[in-house]
Amino acid sequence: MEKQLAGLDISVDNEGYLTDLSQWTREVAEEIAEEEGIEMTDQHWKVIEYIQDSFRNQESLSMRSLGKRGPVSIKDLYALFPDGPLKKASKIAGIPKPASCV
Amino acid sequence: MGQGLAKDETDAQLTEPAAVKKMLLILSKATLDNVYACFILANGARMEGIEAEIFFTFFGLEAITKTKMEKLHIATVGNPAMHIPTMLGGLPGMESFATKMMKAEIEKLDIPTVSEFLDILTASGAKLWACKLAMEMFHLEQKDLFDEIDGVLTVGGFYERAIGEGTHLLFI
Repeated sequence: MEKQLAGLDISVDNEGYLTDLSQWTREVAEEIAEEEGIEMTDQHWKVIEYIQDSFRNQESLSMRSLGKRGPVSIKDLYALFPDGPLKKASKIAGIPKPASCV
Repeated sequence: MGQGLAKDETDAQLTEPAAVKKMLLILSKATLDNVYACFILANGARMEGIEAEIFFTFFGLEAITKTKMEKLHIATVGNPAMHIPTMLGGLPGMESFATKMMKAEIEKLDIPTVSEFLDILTASGAKLWACKLAMEMFHLEQKDLFDEIDGVLTVGGFYERAIGEGTHLLFI
């Protein structure tokens, strides 16, 4: 399905996750973040960039790997993206909903 | 008429989606599979934005006992899922062997060790409570336990943590 984000027609799944990362822009991300009640800061962008890089490198993403190898700690992830950091960050980053249990 | 109203209210409650807001997990066992089940459920709750608290009681206390937490085993005796004869399961070294195999599989799946998992749970905002009675039973003091636990609770104290809508309790 299509959704209007930052004036563009973006294809998303029924939960609002982008289905095509090439359609992602910073403005799109900012609008998704706003819907999720998150105001983007430099720290947020660092996490988003890291997530996009690992997605492009086809690395599996979990809270553990994100906290271990990513730019911020697990504690900070929960502070930056409250109520579901991995899911919210993935949504803003324009990648599919993570299927990780850890 | 009063009855009719009550029925309507019940219907409304039934149709309204009741989100899970808090998971209270009680860990009473120290076998590796039970400990991981508990930790993964608690961590998974936090990842979904659900509050999570664990009450460590009886043998479950071993999962937060400094000298024991990295030495937990899976049970090879009395565990039909091992698919080996019970008598073989009791042979010396069997439990260690089976545990080693399982830990290798766990690592492959990016699942942390017990102590690292406790760090992740603490960082995620999950709360960890030790059972007062079980501590007395096993002659444990708080200094024997993982440093980051949130405290020692009585059963009553634990139930107080359950206050609020959307709280679910799970005994493992």
